[in-house]
Amino acid sequence: MNILAYLIPISLFLGGVGLVAFIYTVRSNQYDDPDGDSRRILSDDWDDHPKP
Amino acid sequence: MTATLRPSLSACPACAAGPAAEALAARDIGPAQIALSLPTIHCSACISKIERGLNAHPGVKSARVNLTLKRASIDAGADVSAQDMVALVQGLGYEAHELDAGTLNATANNRAGRELLMRLAVAGFASMNVMLLSVAVWSGAADATRDLFHWISAAIALPTIAFAGQPFFRNAWAALSNRSLNMDVPITLAILLAVVTSLWETALSGEHAYFDAALALTFFLLAGRYLDHRTRAIARSAAEELTALEVPRAIRLSDGAEETVNVAELRVGDMILVRPGGRMPVDGEIVSGTSEIDRSLLTGETVPVFAGEGQRVSAGEVNLTGLLTVRATAVGADTSLHQMADLVALAESGRSRYTSLADKAAKLYAPGVHILSALSFLGWYLYSWDVRTALNIAAAVLIITCPCALGLAVPAVTTAASGRLFRRGMLIKHETALERLAQVDTVVFDKTGTLTAGAPELTNLESLPRKDAEVAYALARGSSHPLAQSITRAARDAGMACAGVANITEVPGYGTKGTYKGQEVRLGRASWTGAGDTAQTATHLQVAGRPAITFTFADHLREGASDAVQALKDSGKSVYLMSGDTTAAVEALAKRLGITHWLAEALPADKSARIQAMTYNGAHVLMVGDGLNDTAALAAAHVSISPASALDAARVASDIVLLGSDLSPIAAACDTAQSATRRIRENFRIATIYNIIAVPLAVAGLATPLIAALAMSASSITVSLNALRLR
Repeated sequence: MNILAYLIPISLFLGGVGLVAFIYTVRSNQYDDPDGDSRRILSDDWDDHPKP
Repeated sequence: MTATLRPSLSACPACAAGPAAEALAARDIGPAQIALSLPTIHCSACISKIERGLNAHPGVKSARVNLTLKRASIDAGADVSAQDMVALVQGLGYEAHELDAGTLNATANNRAGRELLMRLAVAGFASMNVMLLSVAVWSGAADATRDLFHWISAAIALPTIAFAGQPFFRNAWAALSNRSLNMDVPITLAILLAVVTSLWETALSGEHAYFDAALALTFFLLAGRYLDHRTRAIARSAAEELTALEVPRAIRLSDGAEETVNVAELRVGDMILVRPGGRMPVDGEIVSGTSEIDRSLLTGETVPVFAGEGQRVSAGEVNLTGLLTVRATAVGADTSLHQMADLVALAESGRSRYTSLADKAAKLYAPGVHILSALSFLGWYLYSWDVRTALNIAAAVLIITCPCALGLAVPAVTTAASGRLFRRGMLIKHETALERLAQVDTVVFDKTGTLTAGAPELTNLESLPRKDAEVAYALARGSSHPLAQSITRAARDAGMACAGVANITEVPGYGTKGTYKGQEVRLGRASWTGAGDTAQTATHLQVAGRPAITFTFADHLREGASDAVQALKDSGKSVYLMSGDTTAAVEALAKRLGITHWLAEALPADKSARIQAMTYNGAHVLMVGDGLNDTAALAAAHVSISPASALDAARVASDIVLLGSDLSPIAAACDTAQSATRRIRENFRIATIYNIIAVPLAVAGLATPLIAALAMSASSITVSLNALRLR
């Protein structure tokens, strides 16, 4: 049963990483334009170098 | 003009005050932010083409296109005007309209939505983790392991509930301090009681802890709240966009120079230039120029009125033909338009009298649950003299009866129904609009601008001498007056040739004149062409020496108008027509559409009084109207619809806005509303059945956290699936 001492913190930590990532995406306005974002991936504007 | 109207008009003063204040604040930020509406963009090529074009313009700091909202927001220096940007985008081949950045306050909306989403995410994360631990407990973990799992669950649940449950705690506190009960009171009580008893049990190494139930409850209820918020946020942002399309600007003359200013900056005594096609921004007096003005949005009259020097004009009237200079006598909140709109805000509105199904359910439900829980506590305490057992059972009763499904029952259905109607071009602005629409048995239509498109149609072209019609065609081509344009259209469609009329000049306010075969010919007002007055909308042609020839017009029916009227009559509703226009015009239209009950030359007060009388006699009235003269009626009716072309004040006063020009979705919307209400009732029934099964178990002390979790999830999922059938 000692394995629980590792597994529970690990599962909580991994879940927490997902939660923090989600909160980050919400805070940085990544859900404002879902339609546009799914189309922007097709544009070849900044393929060679990142947008300055 | 439009922006200043908004605050006082909203149905609920509290929710209007916030956005309005914010809109004012946003306006102060100044000209840097430009927003454009781009209704035709649809692909990645459109996005990059427009962004590249805008960013290449000197003075533009950054531009970004939002495809979901079909909007571009531009951050630019003060020297870049919105008109330049519109022209630039139009040059790239896309339709563009300026939006009033002050009216669009997406930020406030977003903040509330984002906050809910964050709480939802945290509650979801915590409930999944605690559920994992609970599954271990249910499958047989015992003694020290079970206690450890319970303590870990407590460590996750306590901070989560403190954070995610705040909306419920706040609402419950607000209700209690008003000495009333709402759905949030039993929710809060159940969550808090579950946490307290579970902590107590855990401390005493007890067998049952309800941390997972408390978290799942919070999660499901937050999901319902979020759905509800999103549906209304979508409707609100679309409604704001309609308002923002009318940018409140006016042209002020200072020392002879034209200057474009915000309507809010106009002062009494300012000279204002109103171009043909423009709307009066203020109440005032005409200083120079002659023209005709269209008052149909204010009074419902279709026949344009002559306007000359010294005449008074009111805000909201549309200038048709000539350039007018107006001296402002009342601005902003003092204009007659605004004062009429204020009267509407004071009038008792249909929507405030209505109690939503959810509130009705809460009124029955909340006291019932509390009494049941208190009785089981008392019963078990008297039976066993053990506070711990009694409290555990009371908590189980509260948790199992907790309105998870009830909290989802209404938002899930309204989200599905509003989405379906939105795709058909209807915007549901008010949260109980669908429920009220389902009860409608009487429909009242306004005429001008609602059943008719506001564009006149020439009716007697065939009966006129062809030569004269060709002369009229030649004269009409030179004018932008709606009647002249209608003649041009009809003559072109009939394949007529233009007669050789020379020296065509437009005399603003009167008509058009020219020389034909050496004689003067005139097309215009009755008094100017020597014709007698007619009751119908008409214009007259005078060829020197001969008596004038009359061209008569009928209003062009709006697309789908006759279908909508027919469908409403077929579904057993009585249809009325009420208009401020002349008896002849109203009667003709009523005959054409087969409407037997009609009222002509109705003042705004007549309309609302008639609707109030119908309501008093037990009818549920749907009012469809677009003008300022309809706003009182729109507010008095049980539920109201206005087309997107309506005056801002009318759109604000109505519950539903028709986005397209087609009227036929109205009948379909009534059906959708009825099936939505049926679904809501079904959902309440499903939730009640679950309670009837689970509550006896809880009262008998047989409920375990597993049974609570099963009942809660199963009822929430059935209710959501039932709602999805509506899509």
